[in-house]
Amino acid sequence: MATATPTIPSAGPMAGSRSFLSRLRDGDEIARLITLVFAASVVLITILLVYELWINSALPRQKFGLHFFVTQVWDPVMDEYGALPFVYGTLVTSAVALLLAVPLGIGAAIFLAELAPPRVSDSLQFFIDLLAAVPSVIYGLLGVFIVVPMMRTVIFPALNKPFGYLPIFKGPSYGVGFFTAGIVLAIMVIPYIISVSREVLLSVPQDQREAALAVGSTRWESTWKVVVPFAKTGIMGSIFLALARALGETMAVTMVIGNTPKITASLFAPGYSIAAVIANEFTEATGDLYLQSLIALGLVLFLLTFILNGLARLLILVTTQKGSGVSK
Amino acid sequence: MKRLTGALLALLVVGVLAWAAQNPLLINGAGATFPYPIYSKWFDVYHGKNPSIQFNYQSVGSGAGIKQVTEGTVDFGATDGPMNDEQMKAFQDKRKTSILHFPTVLGAAVPTYNVPGVSSALNFTPEALAGIFLGKITKWNDPAIAGPNKGVNLPANDIVVVHRSDGSGTTYIWTDYLSKVSDEWKSKVSRATSVNWPVGLGGKGNEGVTGLIKQTPNAIGYVELIYAAQNNIPYGSVKNSAGTFVKADLASVSAAAAGAAKEMPDDFRVSITNAPGKTAYPISRFTWLLIPAKIDDTGKRDAIKRFLKWMLSDGQGNAEALSYANLPKEVVQKEEKAISSIQ
Repeated sequence: MATATPTIPSAGPMAGSRSFLSRLRDGDEIARLITLVFAASVVLITILLVYELWINSALPRQKFGLHFFVTQVWDPVMDEYGALPFVYGTLVTSAVALLLAVPLGIGAAIFLAELAPPRVSDSLQFFIDLLAAVPSVIYGLLGVFIVVPMMRTVIFPALNKPFGYLPIFKGPSYGVGFFTAGIVLAIMVIPYIISVSREVLLSVPQDQREAALAVGSTRWESTWKVVVPFAKTGIMGSIFLALARALGETMAVTMVIGNTPKITASLFAPGYSIAAVIANEFTEATGDLYLQSLIALGLVLFLLTFILNGLARLLILVTTQKGSGVSK
Repeated sequence: MKRLTGALLALLVVGVLAWAAQNPLLINGAGATFPYPIYSKWFDVYHGKNPSIQFNYQSVGSGAGIKQVTEGTVDFGATDGPMNDEQMKAFQDKRKTSILHFPTVLGAAVPTYNVPGVSSALNFTPEALAGIFLGKITKWNDPAIAGPNKGVNLPANDIVVVHRSDGSGTTYIWTDYLSKVSDEWKSKVSRATSVNWPVGLGGKGNEGVTGLIKQTPNAIGYVELIYAAQNNIPYGSVKNSAGTFVKADLASVSAAAAGAAKEMPDDFRVSITNAPGKTAYPISRFTWLLIPAKIDDTGKRDAIKRFLKWMLSDGQGNAEALSYANLPKEVVQKEEKAISSIQ
């Protein structure tokens, strides 16, 4: 990220001139070691996690191999398991969530950071932080009592009547399904996008705005053409934080998705997600293959998150190289 | 110095003894969530009467209960579905003894629905239930449903099927019952705590299923009798093997166990769905405690045996207040004999 690192007086190449003991006495070395252990623990936990998931999913790997990824059947009685409907549900709900949440979230963040008076912005920020801290089961209840009936009686007829010929808007609607889960997820992740994007926008140096205004841009031009591109990396970061939450969300999704492991083009059809099926079936899963298939699903979710995160990094790298903004 | 050490040591011994006397014998168990309210009531009442014994029960689910008792991390397990032969063998291999099933109380699954304009309790034949859950009967005014409900104005609406999404003992008996009354169900879907449902939406827990049914017009699903009774959820009657339509209540569920008692195997691993008897409710079930046949710790062994005896006599009195059906006396007598086989 950093193109030119300013010289920081630290234990860099200079450090060699002092003896290890004297540094130890100053506490520098102790602090370095302790923080190193903390940093290393993150890597260690990740490795341990993957190791455990890998070891405990040996049976389905032997039995199904790569077919696990393309099989559409999930049958605990016949001991046949496939991940595809769950992967599909996880991706579709997260995509719907981001499609709804990104424009809303970034729009709100721009207003709060650039256009609103500071006092309004700060007090609204308080509510946004509050929303981000609401437990997901509460959002699930909101989904069950408000979004589900609204989906059946308002949103579905409104979309089905004009666009019903499109497969993604085909009926019937039971209220629960991919779209409902996507909406609930969108409501859940918007606070993350707003909160992080606002901070990033606020940290754009004042010179940038002033320079844009000085060459004759309007307020909006300076915001949209200078400030937002400058903060692009950070805004992307907020979106990927939101994506990560949407992919792994369990409780709120299982309450409104319909819990049916089927792949259907229609967004109104009921579906299932990886996190939801694990939470639903883990406690009563008897039989080793069944239990290990659920753990294998956990591994798939981990992989999915890993791949999407990697793609996100790549996207940021590509866009910033071309980029108009010099990122911090 | 030596005297001081001696005194300290003596103090330590006295302290440990006092601690041991104060701390009751702890017996750990884990398993099914369905009987958790009655079990925690029992363990609490029993501890009040016998302060030297304390039971500790974690309601982690039947699957986890079977797993933990097999691995020996708990003293006893609890399950909503009997262990299968494979699991029995795994226990035998690991613990070098067998595992015993003890029925404790009874439960039932009841059909509940939300049909616009229908407020009376509906009657369901086994064929109608199997047809609906297989996705073959799709309209509420299908003759299979309308036949035994003369005088009820059933609409020509599409049926929405709702089932449990989480693994559950309620699902086990519902599918067990359908497997007994429909060959097609048995070959296509069969019985388990989670199955590959041919149709329908999944709701998490009894409350999830109820919520979906309440919100979706023309929905039908099943919930645990206790949940329906405690939350005043209306439910329908089911035709039993004697041909009468029976509405589930504590008496008709106990009657199912009594009807099944005559042919009950000695290990109590039996399904009592579709049991004989004119008053028997056909979708009833036991829930079991899992006790190893050989317990090395004599203190624990005696405590568990005494508790089981108490559970079968005085303990049953606590069940009805919590909406669990009592064991019929035929089963109690049989179990009392089985207790003596714990060694």
